[in-house]
Amino acid sequence: MAREIGEVILDLQNISLRFGGVKALTDISFNVREHEIRAIIGPNGAGKSSMLNVINGVYHPQEGTIIFRGEKRREMEPHMAASQGIARTFQNIALFKGMTVLDNIMTGRNLMMKTNFLHHALFWGKAQREEIEHRKKVEEVIDFLEIQSIRKTPVGRLPYGLQKRVELARALAAEPSLLLLDEPMAGMNVEEKQDMCRFVLDVNDQFGTTIVLIEHDMGVVMDISDRVVVLDYGKKIGDGAPDEVKNDPKVIEAYLGTSH
Amino acid sequence: MFYREAGQFKASYQEDQQIFPIRQDRIGFWVAMAFLFLAVPMIANQYWLQAILTPVLIFSLAALGLNILTGYAGQLSLGSAAFMAVGAFGTYNFMLRIDGMPFLVALVLGGLCAAAVGILFGLPSLRIKGFYLAVATLAAQFFIVWVLVKFGWFSNYSTSGVITAQQVEIFGFAFDTPLLKYLLTLVIVCVFALFAKNMVRSATGRKWMAVRDMDVAAEVIGIRLMGTKLQAFAISSFYCGVAGALYAYMYLGTVEPEGFNLDLSFRILFMIIIGGVGSILGSFIGAAFIVLLPVFLNVVMHTSIGAFVPPNIAANLELIIFGGLIVFFLIVEPHGLARLWQLAKEKLRIWPFPH
Repeated sequence: MAREIGEVILDLQNISLRFGGVKALTDISFNVREHEIRAIIGPNGAGKSSMLNVINGVYHPQEGTIIFRGEKRREMEPHMAASQGIARTFQNIALFKGMTVLDNIMTGRNLMMKTNFLHHALFWGKAQREEIEHRKKVEEVIDFLEIQSIRKTPVGRLPYGLQKRVELARALAAEPSLLLLDEPMAGMNVEEKQDMCRFVLDVNDQFGTTIVLIEHDMGVVMDISDRVVVLDYGKKIGDGAPDEVKNDPKVIEAYLGTSH
Repeated sequence: MFYREAGQFKASYQEDQQIFPIRQDRIGFWVAMAFLFLAVPMIANQYWLQAILTPVLIFSLAALGLNILTGYAGQLSLGSAAFMAVGAFGTYNFMLRIDGMPFLVALVLGGLCAAAVGILFGLPSLRIKGFYLAVATLAAQFFIVWVLVKFGWFSNYSTSGVITAQQVEIFGFAFDTPLLKYLLTLVIVCVFALFAKNMVRSATGRKWMAVRDMDVAAEVIGIRLMGTKLQAFAISSFYCGVAGALYAYMYLGTVEPEGFNLDLSFRILFMIIIGGVGSILGSFIGAAFIVLLPVFLNVVMHTSIGAFVPPNIAANLELIIFGGLIVFFLIVEPHGLARLWQLAKEKLRIWPFPH
């Protein structure tokens, strides 16, 4: 592979998150290196999605620090995370149902658009040029994910697998440096999973995007990720290369299970 | 067979982004425009211009305003009539208190007043959604009407707050006949409809719809919820305010605050529900439906059974049929008449084949 894993770009230190009396995350530390694919695994309710929500600012941890590209922070708003180049997809598809595929993906580029509503009302000159310029970029993403045929379809009418792909397209349109994928392959059949794996690897390889992903399919996780962190009941129980994690007795007991 | 885009290829994104990408639609649009601007002035009489066509246009503009807020940005509001009142009284005061104030400038300033008030009453939308927000906007409805009645300054101390619209002149040309008023209203409404269409098909509209469809996802891709919601409130109220000013200056001539009551807000809400939530065309269809249908029913009643039924029963019968038709159309197509039109076009593309 051409890409080389670089420096640590995201460092999470002693993160704890509580909702009232419920401890979602307890004292979790791990880091993400540039250009790597980092998987988070664990049983249901382990706090995987909460972890992603902490990284992109939807949840604010009570304790711990997050260092992103050398900048230290305790908490932030989601739109700040977006402007720093963090994009994500959701476990339950969070597309804009009433809009077409094209509009959904165009929305992903909203932070790069500089014109305001007065330009848009006239839709002339600057606004139109900008719209076309971004449309070109969006078409590149559409080509990349092979969804040309559905670009004018409202997303509500698409099957599940394609919706997942459109959501990835929307995240990619923002040209993120860090991409968070929350169960990108959940509920897919084998072919769809293979396609999605290929896209994730291609994104990582061609754009050099750092990827943090949550996934339950162990085959997928072990195949595509560089390092894996394992959570259970909000605590970190394992961290390392796929092979190390796979053979860690604690991880086997909590999540992978043994054959009897 | 005649309505399909076969053979019409788009060679640039600019062509693909047209408002009407299909040639037949463009032709249809210009025919409709020619009809409204050229044919109507020739065939319509005073009654039609003054009592039907002008109000349909004005209500279309108000419905458009509410549609921006409710249909596109997903924020339910019951304060449209109040924002219309702000626009009407704002324009009146700018005309009254500033010598030589051009009408169009006063109109825009009146709209801006409505926008400012809209932002103020849009603040609850940052915390609450849906029906609860609708109830919060009721506050605007009652508060603004109360303020306009209570403080005589707004109506120049006339009794019970009635204002009489000044003569409208643009570059020394007086708009004093129903035909001229109709044409002026038509131009203003067309321009604002174009602006609205342009906004909803560009980044502004996408932000509104993103907030409407999935606010968490919108936030995560970098849309600021607060700014987007308040912007929708401001623009929507601006449209309602301009509609309110036209309501006073182009349609009624004299208005009082009580005229902009909750009833009017509900009418505008019904217009967008019947016409189509989240559709520019739907605002026009809805306004036409709500204004024209009672007139149409009245005429039908008089010519058909009017001779046999006493007038008071006929009048009630009209209301019953009106209500029945609204329910009927909502059951047939809950997404409004604009969706019906869209489905018809989709069917027409493949006609005479079913698939």
